[in-house]
Amino acid sequence: MTDQLPLLIPVVLLTAALAAPLVGLLRHHWTYRLALVAVALDAGVAIWGLVEVVRNGEIRYELGGWAPPIGIEYVLDPLSAFFAAVIACVALIVMIGARRMVEVELPEKEVPYFAAVLLLLAGFQGIVVTGDLFNLYVFLEITALAGYALVAVGERPSPVAAFRYLLLGATGASFYLLGLWFVYNLTGSLNMADVAAILPAVWDNPALAIGLSLMVVGMGVKMALWPLHGWLPDAYTQAPSATSALIAPIGTKVGAYALIRILFFVFGAGLVRDRLPVADIVLWLSAIGIVYGSIMAIAQRELKRMLAYSSVAQVAYIGLGIGLANPAGLVGAVLHVVNHAFMKAALFMVAGNMRARLGHSDISRMDAEVRRRMPWTMAAFTVGALSMIGIPPTAGFFSKWYLASGSIDEGLWIMVVVILASSLLNAVYFFRVLERAYLRPPPEGGEPAPAGRTEARPVMLAPTLIFAVGIVLLGIFNAGIVTTVIDLIRPGGL
Amino acid sequence: MPYDSVVPLLAVLVSLAAVPLILLTSKRPRLRESWTIGAALAKFVLVLSMLPAVLDGRVAVTRLGEVLPGIELTLRVDSLGMLFALVASTLWILTSVYSIGYVRDAHERKQTRYFASFAVCLSATIGIAFSANVITFITFYEVLTIATYPLVIHKETPEAIRAGRKYLAYTLSGGVALLAGAAWLYRVAGSLDFVPGGLLQDVDASTATMRGLFVLLIGGVGVKAAVMPLHAWLPAAMVAPTPVSALLHAVAVVKSGVFGVLRMAGFVFGPVVMADYGLALPLAVFAGFTILAASLLALAQDNLKRRLAYSTIGHLSYIVLAAALISPEAFAGGVLHIATHATMKITLFFAAGAIYAHAHRENISELDGIGRAMPWTMTAFAVGSIGLAGLPPVNGFESKWLIGVGAASSGHEPALVVLLISGVLNAAYLFPIVYRAFWRPSRQFAGLGEASPLMVVPLVATAALSVVFGMWPDGLVHLYDLAAAVARSVFGGAA
Amino acid sequence: MRDFLMGHYAYAASLGLVVVGLYAILVKRNLVKKLIGLNILQAAIILIWVAAASRPDATVPVLEGSGHGVEHAIDAADYLNPLPHTLMLTAIVVGVATTGVAFALLISIYRRYGTLDETELLNEMREAGG
Repeated sequence: MTDQLPLLIPVVLLTAALAAPLVGLLRHHWTYRLALVAVALDAGVAIWGLVEVVRNGEIRYELGGWAPPIGIEYVLDPLSAFFAAVIACVALIVMIGARRMVEVELPEKEVPYFAAVLLLLAGFQGIVVTGDLFNLYVFLEITALAGYALVAVGERPSPVAAFRYLLLGATGASFYLLGLWFVYNLTGSLNMADVAAILPAVWDNPALAIGLSLMVVGMGVKMALWPLHGWLPDAYTQAPSATSALIAPIGTKVGAYALIRILFFVFGAGLVRDRLPVADIVLWLSAIGIVYGSIMAIAQRELKRMLAYSSVAQVAYIGLGIGLANPAGLVGAVLHVVNHAFMKAALFMVAGNMRARLGHSDISRMDAEVRRRMPWTMAAFTVGALSMIGIPPTAGFFSKWYLASGSIDEGLWIMVVVILASSLLNAVYFFRVLERAYLRPPPEGGEPAPAGRTEARPVMLAPTLIFAVGIVLLGIFNAGIVTTVIDLIRPGGL
Repeated sequence: MPYDSVVPLLAVLVSLAAVPLILLTSKRPRLRESWTIGAALAKFVLVLSMLPAVLDGRVAVTRLGEVLPGIELTLRVDSLGMLFALVASTLWILTSVYSIGYVRDAHERKQTRYFASFAVCLSATIGIAFSANVITFITFYEVLTIATYPLVIHKETPEAIRAGRKYLAYTLSGGVALLAGAAWLYRVAGSLDFVPGGLLQDVDASTATMRGLFVLLIGGVGVKAAVMPLHAWLPAAMVAPTPVSALLHAVAVVKSGVFGVLRMAGFVFGPVVMADYGLALPLAVFAGFTILAASLLALAQDNLKRRLAYSTIGHLSYIVLAAALISPEAFAGGVLHIATHATMKITLFFAAGAIYAHAHRENISELDGIGRAMPWTMTAFAVGSIGLAGLPPVNGFESKWLIGVGAASSGHEPALVVLLISGVLNAAYLFPIVYRAFWRPSRQFAGLGEASPLMVVPLVATAALSVVFGMWPDGLVHLYDLAAAVARSVFGGAA
Repeated sequence: MRDFLMGHYAYAASLGLVVVGLYAILVKRNLVKKLIGLNILQAAIILIWVAAASRPDATVPVLEGSGHGVEHAIDAADYLNPLPHTLMLTAIVVGVATTGVAFALLISIYRRYGTLDETELLNEMREAGG
C-alpha cells in the first residue's frame, strides 16, 4: 500500500474532481461533501506519506508499470512529501469554511465551484509528486485553468483579473515548455532524476543556460516572483474569498516547490549557484520583490489587496532563501512555505469573515465596531499580524531567523537589512488595520449593531482560529519540524 | 551550581494565568482586581523563594525545549536575574494597589484591558529577568513590546495613538536589530548562552565583527534603555496613565533595556572583550552625553511627568555608563541602581499621578502650596528627590557612590565628573518642586485633602523602602549582596 | 550564416513566431488579439518541439505491416522521434482548453463591460474604484 502513496495523493483528488459534477447533478449539496471528504482523505494520505518517507526514505511509483526514464514516475521524497502534506492540510482547514463563503458570495454555483476546487488541488498535488518534467507542465496547466475559473467568478472586474492571470500564466507555462525543449534535446530525457544525472556532462553548453532561464521564468510567473507578479494583486483581490483563501496560501508555494526542485534537484547547486548566476538573479529579484511588495501593501485601502501585495513580498522571502542556495537559506525558505501558508490562510479567512458579516473588507471603512462585533476574528488577525511582523514565539520570527542566518553566512548584509526592514514595513501596514479595528471610534449615529450573533459563523470561525493557533504552534515547535523533516530535504551540494 | 526547578517557569506564568480570569470577570471590578493582586503576591512569593538558593550560589534552571536547532528556551535564576525579578515583582504589588486607586479616582475606561496587559507585561519582565540565553531574552523582550502597546495607547486619544506608533517604531526597530545581532552572534560564537564574563571572551573574531555585533546587540536593547538618540519614545509615552508610566517606564520596560545592556556587556561580550576591541569608550560617551543632555532637558520641562521622563532617561544611562566603565565596583553600582532608581522613581511617579488624579494638576508651575494639602505625597516626593540627587540616607546614594568609586578606580575621571554634575542637575530640577510645594503658600488647594489611601499608601511604602535600603543596603533581600555577586561573576574574581 | 539559417529554417521561423506572439500579447490592446498572440506563441513552441524531432531521411514513426512480434530489427534512425509528437499532442490539448477558458472569460467581460479594449477596461475599473 505504501508504494501507492505517491499515486494516491493526486489521484484521490482527480477522481473526486471527475465525480463531483456528476454527484452534483443528483443532489446539489453532495458535491461539497464529496470535496470535503476527498480533501480529508488526501490530507490523511499525504501525512501518512510524510511519516513513511521520514522513517523509511523515498517512495517511487511507476505509472503503468513503465520504468523510468521512459515511463513517468511519481516520487515522494522529503521535499515533495512535506509540500504535499502542507498543501492538503491547509486546503482541508480552508474547506471547512469554504462552503459558507461560497454560499454568501456565489449562491447557486456550489457544484461547479467545488468541482473546480478539486481540480485545482489535484493539480497542485500533481505538481508536487511528479518526477517527470513534462508531467509537471501538464499539472501546472491543470491547476492554472482551474485557477482562472475560480478567480473569474468573483466581483465585477474578476473576469478581467482572471484573463490577465490567464495570459501571464499561459505565457509563463509556454516559456517553461520552451525551456524544457532545450533540456530534453541536451539530455534526451524528461525524468527529473535521470536528467539530473546526465546534466553535468553538458554543463558547458550555452543552450543549457537558455533552457534553464526559460524554465525559471516560467516558474517565476507561477510563484509571482518580481517582476513576474503582475497577475497576483488583481487576482487575489477580486476573486471570491474562498478562492483567495485557497490559492493565496498554496498557489505560489507550488511555484516555489517547482523552482526548488528544478534548481537544486535537477540542475543542481553546482550549476545554478557556482557556474551560472541563476541563484544570484533569483536572490536579487526576491530582494526587490520583498521591498516592493511591502511598500505597495502600505498604499492599499482594501484588506484583500493589501494582503495580496503582502503575499508578493512573503513569497519573495521564499525566493530569497532559494537564491541564497545555502543550508540555512533553504531551511528558511521551506519553513516559510508552511509558516506563510498558515499566516495567509488565517488572514484571508479573516477577510472572508468580514465580507460575510460586514459586507466589505475595506480598511478605510473599518472602525472599532469591527472588533466589537468580531472579537475572535480580530484576535486571529492579530496573531497573523504579529507573525508577519516577526514577533517571537510566532512562526514568522523563526523564518526570518533562518533567512537572516543564511544571509549572514553568505556575507550578504544587504539581504539582512532587506529582511529586517520589511518586518518594520509589515508592522506599518498591519498596525494600521489593528489601530482601526481596535481604536478608531465608530461615527456618531452609525447603525446599531444587529441583534444576535455578529461574529463569523462557527463554520468559518473555526478554520480561522485553527490557523491562528497553528501559527503559534509552528513557531514554538519549529525546531522539531526543521530537524525531523526539513533537514532531510538537503539536496546535494548544499 | 545549577539545579533543575520548575519554579522559574511558575514565576513567569502565574500572571499569565491571571489574564483569562481578568478577562472573564471584566464586569465585576472587585473580583477582577483581586486576580491581579493575587497574581502579584504569588509572583513575589515565588521569586522570593528562590533567593536563598541564589545567595548560596545555586542557580535554578528550567529547560523548555528546543526553539531552534541546537538552542533551547531556558530560564536561569542568577544574581542579576534575581535582583531584577525582585524589584519588578515587589513593585508590581504596590503598583497594582496604586492602579486600583488611580483608575477609580481618574475614572479611566477600559480597565480590563489595562489590568490584563499589565499581567502579560509582568510575565514578560520576569521572563526577561530569568532568560538564560539571547533567544529566550529576545522572545520575552518582544512580547513585552507588544504587551505594553495597549497600555501606552490606553487613553485612545490621537496623541496617545501617535505615541503608541512612535513607541512601536522605536522598539520594533530595536527588536529587528536584536534578531540580526543574535543570528550573527550564533554564527560567530556557536552558542547564545549568557556566560558570566562574556560568551565571546574565548572567541576569536575580527574587530569589524565584534564592533558590528556590539552595535546591533547594544543598539537593540539600547532603545528600551533610552540611550540617546534612541530615547525619543519615552517622553512621548508619558501620555499613558501614570501607573503605566510608573511601572513600565520606571521599572519594567526601561529596566529591561538596561538589564539587557548589562547582560550584553557582562555576559555576552564581557569586560575583557570590551576592553580589547575598544567597545567601551563609544558606549560610555553616548551614556555620558545622555546623562547630561537628559538632565538639562529635564530642567526645561514644566509638565511634571515629562520632567520625570527625562530624569529617567538620565538615570538609565547611569547604568549604561556603569557597564561601560569596565570596573567591578561600577558594574555592581549599575546593577544596584536598577533597584535604587526603581524605588525612588516610582515614588515620584506615584506622587505625580496622585497629584493628577486628585488635584487635577499636571504642570509644576501650578503646584504651589500643594504640600500643605497633600503632605504625605509631597514628603515622599522629597525623599525620592534626595535619593535621585545621590544624597544619603536614601538608597540612591549608594548605587551612585559605587559607580563613582568604580569610575575613579578605573581611571575614568571624566565619568566621575559627569556623575557629579548630574547630581547637581538632579537637585536643580527636583528640589524646587519640593520647595514650591511646601514653602510657596497658596490658597488654591485649600480644602483639598490627601489622595485616596490606595494611592498614598504605595507611594509612602516605596519612599520608605528607599530610606530603609538607604540605611541598610543589604537589608531584607540582600540587594547589595546580589549586586556584588553579579560583579564578581562578571569580572571573575578580579573584584 | 545563410547556410546555418537555411539548415535551421524551421527554428528561425518558429522563433519569429514566438516574437510575434509575445508582441501581440504585450502590445495589442484588444483582448482577443492578445489571446490570438498567446495562441501563436503556443503554436510556435509546439513547432519548435516538433521540428527537433525530425531526423534526416526519417519517416513517420509507424511500424508498417508487421503485426505483433516484429522479426527484423528496427533501426531507430529510420524513424522520427515520436516522443515530442506525443508530448505536443498534450500541449495542443492544453492550448485548446486554455483558449476555451479564455473565450469564456472574454464573453463574461464583454457582457459586463461592453468592450474588449484593455485601456477602456482599465479606465472603467479604475473609475469603479477597483
